[in-house]
Amino acid sequence: MVKWIDGDASDEDVVVSTRIRMARNLRNYRFPQRMSIQEAENITQEVLNVMKDLPPGVNYKFYKINSLSPIERISYIEEHLISPGLINRPDYSSFLLKDDETATIMINEEDHLRIQVLYPGLNFEKAWESINEIDNFLESKLDYAYHDKFGYLTACPTNVGTGIRASVMVHLPALSIIGQVDGLIRGFQKIGLAVRGLYGEGTKAYGDLYQISNQTTLGEEEEEIIKRLKGIIYQTVNKERDVRNNLLSSRKYEIEDRIYRSYGVLKYARRISSKEAMQHLSNVRLGIEMGIIKDIGFKEIEKITIGIQPGSIQKYANRDLDNNERDIIRAKYIRERL
Amino acid sequence: MLCQICKKNEATVHYTKIVNGDIEELHLCEQCAMNKEIEFDSTFSFHKLLSGLMDNIQGELPFKEIQTLKCPFCGMDYEQFKKVGKFGCAQCYETFKSNLSPIFKSIHGHDRHTGKVPVRANIQVAKMKKIEKLREKLKEHVAREEYEQAAILRDKIKELEKGLD
Ligand SMILES: [Zn+2]
Ligand SMILES: [Zn+2]
Repeated sequence: MVKWIDGDASDEDVVVSTRIRMARNLRNYRFPQRMSIQEAENITQEVLNVMKDLPPGVNYKFYKINSLSPIERISYIEEHLISPGLINRPDYSSFLLKDDETATIMINEEDHLRIQVLYPGLNFEKAWESINEIDNFLESKLDYAYHDKFGYLTACPTNVGTGIRASVMVHLPALSIIGQVDGLIRGFQKIGLAVRGLYGEGTKAYGDLYQISNQTTLGEEEEEIIKRLKGIIYQTVNKERDVRNNLLSSRKYEIEDRIYRSYGVLKYARRISSKEAMQHLSNVRLGIEMGIIKDIGFKEIEKITIGIQPGSIQKYANRDLDNNERDIIRAKYIRERL
Repeated sequence: MLCQICKKNEATVHYTKIVNGDIEELHLCEQCAMNKEIEFDSTFSFHKLLSGLMDNIQGELPFKEIQTLKCPFCGMDYEQFKKVGKFGCAQCYETFKSNLSPIFKSIHGHDRHTGKVPVRANIQVAKMKKIEKLREKLKEHVAREEYEQAAILRDKIKELEKGLD
């Protein structure tokens, strides 16, 4: 489970993952919000036909949303493999998932196609290379909706042009401890970047995890958009590292105490809400990042972070759970892994 | 605080958004937030923003005229477009073209794509350029009363045009 996390990664002490998403549409169909179920099926067939010509060794598996259970649908979202919008209209939507989970081609979300690539750590080079390759392959066989002036045409005016959304998930516990995160977010917004919590737009950040992405898609080249975001992320990574070093020298016992208390709670709790678990996991992650906790790695923590979400924990239990049961099973799930 | 949707569970996820200076809040439980997330991205923030934008924007066409436009492919009219904040199909872009630039400029700061071009579009552009060149040659032949060569060129142009959309 959650295979994409296992890839080689750099800067994992601050950057959890790098993702690029591309919106594409076909010329001769209405966009998903306005299309008939027949059109939806035709598009799906067209894409599946094209995927038969993939080069050898590249394998995707096909999933229809309406053939997945509600718990499975939510789990795929929690694992960051599909977007929440894809499960809106189960009879219309489907996706193709690459066998190493680094790429997803979503069919009939808000646009006909949403291509996504996802890598652990900071890795825009690889992400751009792979998504561009997938896009080139699809484009050689499909008739994309493209306009000389406006570029790739999308259902929402906010995605038109490049159709590209590049983002990273960053862990900023030290900046949060010294109360600098809000200022940082305001700064990002001023320069045209969007900041979201773990669950997407408008949500509060749980576990000091923030998703930072480009806001605009028209008028700049793809690689320019990515380069600008990358520059900002480097600065943010260095800032977070500096503050961690300062904290370690100026408030050593306070920080160590905080980390070990959280480690203790996670190791021994018998009931825990996901919100509480996320905060302690954030502290333990900080412990790993600072070299204080050495017997567990980033990837394990990330897998637990995903595994304790409401859908995934029910998938783990293999049945529907009410809130109370979920808290009990969540605590057990964490204990087994720490 | 109880979840505003199911009114059963404790609200643990809190949304705050500033829309036109007004703060909108929503307090939900985990499960409802997960479901809400689906429609959230678009409905909560962007639609209102876009409608507001479109009311205040002066495009090439006056409002009375743009109001009468209707996409021939998907049937979307301007009023609907304003309401849902989304295009219905690729043709909508062509239909509402005269008023899109100011909208795009206020969202993206630009109104012209400078990034990737699909290979197919490249082929089309190349074809169109070739046709243009042939047409010029054709004019020259006609001017010089070289009708045989002109006829050959005319056929060539027709052939090339067939391959265009
Ligand atoms: Zn609820
Ligand atoms: Zn249309």
